[in-house]
Order: sequence, then structure tokens, then C-alpha cells
Amino acid sequence: MKQAISINVNGVDHAGEVEPRMLLVHYLRDALGLTGTHVGCETSICGACTILLDGQAVKSCTVFAVQADGSNITTIEGLAANGKLHPVQEGFWECHGLQCGYCTPGMIMTSTQIVDRNPNASREEIRHGLEGNLCRCTGYQHIVEAVEYAAKKAGA
Amino acid sequence: MGKYVGERIKRTEDPRLIKGLAHYVDDIRLPDTLHVAFVRSMYAHGRIQSIDTSEAANMPGVVAVYTGKDIASKIGPVPCAAALPDLKVPDYRVLATDKVLFVGHPIAAVVGTDKYAVRDAAEVLHPGVFVEELPAVINPIDGVDTNSPIIHEHFGNNIAYKLTSGEGDIDAAMKAADRIVTQEMVHQRLAPIAMEPRGVLARYFPGEEELTVWSSTQIPHLLRTQLALMIGIPENKLRVITPEVGGGFGSKLNVYAEEALLGWISMQLGKPVKWIESRRENMQATIHGRAQVGTVEVGVKNDGTITGLRYNVIADLGAYHQLLTPAIPTLTGLMLSGAYKIPAIQMNVTGVFTNKMSTDAYRGAGRPEATYVVERVMDVVARELNMDPVEVRRKNFPAASEFPFHTATGLDYDSGDYEAALKKALDLSGYQKLREEQKKSRDNGKLIGIGVSSYVEICALGPSQAMPAGGWESATVRIEPTGKVTVLTGASPHGQGQETSFAQIAADELGVDMNDVTVIHGDTGVVQYGIGTFGSRATAVGGTAVLIAIQKLKEKAEKIAAHMMQCDASAISFEAGKYSRQAAAAVAAGTSEPVVPVGEAPAGALPDPQTEGRTSLTIQDIALAAHIAKELPPDTEPGLSATYFFEPKNFTFPFGTHVCVVEIDKETGETRIVRYIAVDDCGRVINPLLVDGQIHGGIVQSIGQALYEEVIYDDQGQLVTGELMDYALPKASQMPWFETDRTETPSPVNPLGVKGVGEAGTIGATPAIVNAVVDALSPYGVKHIDMPLRPEKIWRLIH
Repeated sequence: MKQAISINVNGVDHAGEVEPRMLLVHYLRDALGLTGTHVGCETSICGACTILLDGQAVKSCTVFAVQADGSNITTIEGLAANGKLHPVQEGFWECHGLQCGYCTPGMIMTSTQIVDRNPNASREEIRHGLEGNLCRCTGYQHIVEAVEYAAKKAGA
Repeated sequence: MGKYVGERIKRTEDPRLIKGLAHYVDDIRLPDTLHVAFVRSMYAHGRIQSIDTSEAANMPGVVAVYTGKDIASKIGPVPCAAALPDLKVPDYRVLATDKVLFVGHPIAAVVGTDKYAVRDAAEVLHPGVFVEELPAVINPIDGVDTNSPIIHEHFGNNIAYKLTSGEGDIDAAMKAADRIVTQEMVHQRLAPIAMEPRGVLARYFPGEEELTVWSSTQIPHLLRTQLALMIGIPENKLRVITPEVGGGFGSKLNVYAEEALLGWISMQLGKPVKWIESRRENMQATIHGRAQVGTVEVGVKNDGTITGLRYNVIADLGAYHQLLTPAIPTLTGLMLSGAYKIPAIQMNVTGVFTNKMSTDAYRGAGRPEATYVVERVMDVVARELNMDPVEVRRKNFPAASEFPFHTATGLDYDSGDYEAALKKALDLSGYQKLREEQKKSRDNGKLIGIGVSSYVEICALGPSQAMPAGGWESATVRIEPTGKVTVLTGASPHGQGQETSFAQIAADELGVDMNDVTVIHGDTGVVQYGIGTFGSRATAVGGTAVLIAIQKLKEKAEKIAAHMMQCDASAISFEAGKYSRQAAAAVAAGTSEPVVPVGEAPAGALPDPQTEGRTSLTIQDIALAAHIAKELPPDTEPGLSATYFFEPKNFTFPFGTHVCVVEIDKETGETRIVRYIAVDDCGRVINPLLVDGQIHGGIVQSIGQALYEEVIYDDQGQLVTGELMDYALPKASQMPWFETDRTETPSPVNPLGVKGVGEAGTIGATPAIVNAVVDALSPYGVKHIDMPLRPEKIWRLIH
């Protein structure tokens, strides 16, 4: 039995019917075609599927689409405004904060929350904030620098 | 050479990745796509009695169910490219036929219209698979025992091969020593864990009789060849595309059962079919790495001189051979000389089948094991002789003047200055001061350890004579009529950034703007045959192919330029993308800048290259002229492109020294890396930003092996570390800040002078970390601990 949901994603209202067991990440990817959000582990360990759900960084592989009914979601596709990269996106590019790019959308979404919550975060605090996102390529150092870059830029 | 090579240039591939607009396999959407889910063995070893597919096959949305018996004669075996004397090669079918040999062994494939529906059907099918469980071979040491259960009964035992390698009189070398130092070491089984799991999308076009396979692989062309053979489609009717690939680390340097099966299913059903590996499947059925248990013996003089090294090792191969499974330990044998002059070396390896997933190439692939053996034993020797570990290393280094340097493993190291890298690392770390501080800390009851590792790795794989199937790499470079440069590389980058670094090489050599260069890879329908990206080879072999292809292209461009400027080729010079007649002639002619409006042609017409009286032409002008072809020298083909297949004459041998400082919490046994200093020499550097990234990432995978990671099967062969919840990957909060520096010793093997850097961190760092921890624990009499150095293990040692 399908259930009706309505969700605002990246500023656009979407209404549809989904199976109650459908994961939010599959709704975003398969129903809405927003494939920038990735699935990396299905157990909320790796964070590749991180999105902002009502402003909070959330792992969309362990949220049902029906639980997101009525919410506002931002995915990686919705981060750049008017064709201008978000400071965190800029930071990842400038500081070589990505290699294969698969963890990157989730990393960036989490990083936006780190910068929002504490623009003066220390390196230790940034690393703590990134704990729920795994990257197998970069060794994290360039990601930490990317977040620092973004924090500086956002504060400027 | 130009304005791009050697510069910190941010990557051209990043915009699509940071915007979420890149396409990995699962992001490619085709209409009417069917989804595939696998039923996999829950048992490590068992005999399939029967499979009842009826209930699953009748479920809503299910289109087809295939079992091993259905397809045994239709799809060829999963290939192994490694050739070793007397190697036993089991028949590896894409779905299990009679026996299941590891947890995760695919038994049946369910095809349906929805990815939830096929998972449901696979769940329903599971109880329909009746398997008689058999005793499993889990520990490879038990596996060689004559009483052991036998995995492949017709082989008579579980030994896949035995091999002895090395040069020099090892017995004499040991006799010449003042003492023999022996150490047993375990290289635990690891999971590569690319963040993007594997995935395959296959689409058969029944009219054209063509099959396209999108796969998350490191080797599109090799995969195409192998898939064509497995499923019996002509190779020229099969196209393999690697879209964005989310990491590989060797795990996608392979040909997997699922790739062949998906292609075949699409041909049966005439529709696109897709399978995206779950992380659980990735832990079970994507190759693992390392998994060696060995004993190293070194003969040593009282002054620290090593006279000989012997390594007896059992390699846990898993149940089947994947593409390179049995060859990986042979790479260990090649690198057992490390950074040292050792007159005699011998490795005796026994490859053993076990009821586990196959081991194969995981970042470093056999070389981390060698480096760990050598660099750990150097510390054991230092302790035995009461010498500083640095001094033992120095005692055995070849001098910079001794290169090319022949090792007793049969290699010729291309170039190196090991002392320079060591010295730089010691200076950067303040080694002497660190030792003094360590002494003080010890007096205050703190457990501080300092570890050093001086590594050499073998890269730029490799000369074809030494490779299973071709070690060259290819490039085609063409300049389009509008002056845009297209580079087609046979390498297949998946995170390394070669769209950027190859564009740097090309832009400099052509003297054009980097923005005018596009690098294309990973599509066998577009790119000439290539080998792929692995073994730190892409830049040293593939980048060189790009460079030489451009040089060939320029030979032709120069002839056209001379013709167009009505002078002899010898009167022409090339600089910053422009061919000029000798300066004196140019002044006399009184003309200046190009007048060809490249890229501004009126609709429907190419501009006419106005060359009358010209004394200089850009290479982009010449490309246009070469396509319009009205003004070419006699016997010159139109167009401006060149292809080159570069065959390296030798491997390259990057090296370096890492210094690691750890502090161990006595109460918890937890190791914290306080400082990490890495001085690496990867030859000439194309882009320092990318090199730093490779080094950082490599070291973190080393830290993972040293401190956290281990694939664990229990005694029955159940995979205990079946998800990322159980397998400990390094996290941001656990990692230190890396202090990196470089020495730069160009390689004479290729004209770029590059060596390779993709695996350096993973090869060099592991022993530095373990040496530091053992050093910290030396007051407790600890001489060696096997990885991973988890807190519990350390806590037990000190309590």
C-alpha cells in the first residue's frame, strides 16, 4: 500500500506516492533523479548519502521517504546558488578535498553543517564533525583544509 | 618545459563532482532497465543438493531466475591471468554449480523490474537452496596439513603453487653472518573498500547485435577482451564504458563473475540490466588483499651489515583465483631487497586455497608485505645489536652513485638517493631531539615511540616481458579543426586526477592553453586499446605515451608549417605553441600575429587559413589547415593526430623515508599518532597538489592496516566483518596532520622522469607506524606485535 508524501527538495515541491519501506535516498535518486546523493554502505556508517533535512545533516540511507513527508531537503545539487558554488564546494575544489568524488557530496553536506554551527572550528573540531563521513582516498587532511577555507570564506 | 607541469593546479574533473552532477554506474538511467539481485552462499564450504526457484520466479516483478546449472555451459570461467609454474587453476564459474566455496559465493541471479522486488525474491529463494555443509578450510596453515578438508577435491590438496625466487647463495650468505635474526609476521587480510561499491549496467541492442557494458572498473579494455571470451560475443561488438569510478585501490583491477553474467542476461532478455553491489556483497565478494603469514630470517654482521634474507611465507589465496591472485605474492618476492644491498635473497612461497573470498591486488599488492618484512626486521636487527634503527638502515643503503642498482631479487633499480630522503626526514622530524624527548617522557612514565621506514617500491607496471598481458600504455592526441585538443588515454583514472595532469603535460608540450585540452578515457568505443590504471603506472607509462604522441604529432605539424611558410623545416622553430620562421626572416617579411580567426568561423564554413606571407603559425592554425587540406605538403595525410603505444624498458623505483611518532595510552592501550613525517621521492612531479593527495590517502590506508583494519572469518568461515559497522576504516578524527616533503630524483626510464606515487604511502607507512608502537613498548620487552595494533592487544601486553 503506497503512501502519499510531499517534500520540498532544493526549493521545489514534490508530491508522490511511495512504498512505506522506500528509503529516502532511493526516493531522491530514483523518483526525483537527483543522483548526486550516493549510497556507500546502507548502514549509516559512511555518510556518502548525507543530505540536509530541515537544516540538519542526515544520512538518507537510513530514513524512510515517508518520514521526510512535509520536510525541506537540500541535496548536493541544491547547494550552489545562482550558478555560484557554495564556499564549501569552492573549498573542496581549491584544497583538493576530493579524489574519486564518491564520498564528496556527503562530505560537503556535512561540512556545510560544521561551518554553519561553528565558523571558528579548530582542526580537531572539524575532524570530530567529519567522523560520520568516510573517505578512502584523501586521508582527510585536504578535506579539513577545505572546511577551513570555507569557514574563512563564509566569515569574510 | 612549460607553464603547467610542476604547478599546483586544481583539478578540472572537480566541478562535476562537487556539484553532484557526475555519473557513476548507478547514476546512469536507461528506460526499461531490469534489476538483478544475487542469492549468495551462507556457507563457507558446502555441496549444493538442490535449488527450488519456483516460488521466487512467480513473485510479482520477477522476470527470470538463473542458477549455475542453467548457465554453466553458456558463460566461460572467471579468468586468471597469472602464469606460474605448475599453478593449479580451479574452474571458476560465474554461479556456483556443484559446491559453494566461500560465504558470498553467488548461487543464483534474480532478475526483475524493480530493485526492491528482486531483493525480496532473492530472500524468498534463499531457503529454496539446499546445501550440505562441509568442513571449511579457514586458516591457510591448517590448509596445507594432510588431514585438512580439500576444497578442490580433484587437486588432491589445497596447495595452489609453491615457488622459490631470488638470487645469490643464500646458505653461504647466512653462514657468513655473525648472527641470524628471525621474526614471524602476519599480514592480516584487508578489504579494499572503494567508497563506490562495484556496479554493472549492461545493454544489448538485438538489431545491431552489440552489447554495451558500463562497469566500475580500472581496466575497461582488458575487461572487454575477457568478457568477449567469457560470453562469446565478438570483441568488436562489445563496448565497455567506465563512467565515473568511485575508487578502486586494486579491487576493480579484475574481471568479476557479475560483469559477465549481467552482459549475458542482457543478451538473453534484450533489455538493459543493472546490478549495484551492496556493501555487504562488497565485503563478501570483492577481492581482499594481503593475507600472508611468514617468517623472515636475516643474516647480519655485528656492525649491522645484512648478508642475506630469507622469507618463507604462506599466502592465503581464498577459494578461487581472480585475475592476479597467485601473482601477488610474487611481487612480495621482487621487493624483498627493500632499500638495501643484500647479496643473497630467497623467498619460498606456498599459495594455499581457503574457503574465503580471493585475495588479489589491494593498493600496493604484495609490495607492502615486502616493505613491512624488510622494515620491521631492520628494527628487530637494530634492537638485537643495540644500534639506532637509522644507523642499521644507513649501513645497508646503496650509495646514490651505485645506481642503476641490481638486487638479489633480479631487479635493476632505476635511480635513487636514499640517504638524501632519509636525511631530509630526520631533519624535518628533528629525530635526535625526538629521541631525547622520548627518553625524558619515558622517565615520566609516558609511552612514546618513534618509528622509521625507508622504503622502495616498484612502479610504472611495467615492461610487457614482466607482465601477464601487456605493460605498455597508449595515447592518441588530436587537434580538432577549431584548435581544441583531444587526448585519448588508455589509462583509466578513477580518482587520481589524470584528466588534469595529462592536460598539463599536453598543454605544455603543445604550447596551448590547458582549457583547450580535454582528456578522454574509459570507453572502448572511443579510446584505442589500453591497459588501465593500476600499479602506479598511469603517469609514468600513460603520461609518457601522451608526451610521445604529441611529439609525433608535432613532427607532422612542423612539416605542414614549413610548407605553409614556404621555407625549409630546418628554418623553423617552435615555442609557446607557435611555429616561426627564423627571426631574421620574420622581420624581413614584416608580418606579425596570426590572422586566422580560429573558433570564429561563420556558420557552415570553416575559415580559410590565410597563410600568404606568414612567418608564424600556431599549432592550432596548423590543425585547421591540416583538416581543410588545401595547403598540405605532397604525400601528407590530412588531419592532425598521432597515436603512440609506449613500452617501458624498466619499472621505476620511487622511495622515501617516513618517521612516525606515537603515544600510547597506558590505561586504554590506544595508540595516537602524534606526528607523521613523510619524505617521498616519486621522480619528477607533474602536479604537487595531486601528489600530496596520493601520499596522504596512501598513508591513511597504511594506518588502517597498522592500527584498525582486519577482515575476520570465524572458524566456520562466516564473515564476521560483513559490513562497515564491523570493519574499522580510519576516520578523520583518528588521523594525524601529515608533514610532507619531497626529494626529486628523475627516473631515466621515461622522458618525463616520473616514477609514480599512487601506492607509496600504503607501501612506506605501515612499518613506520608499527615500528613506532613497538619502540614505545620496548620498556616492556616487546619486540614485535602483529597488526592490527588494536587497543586491547596493546593493553594486554602492558598489563
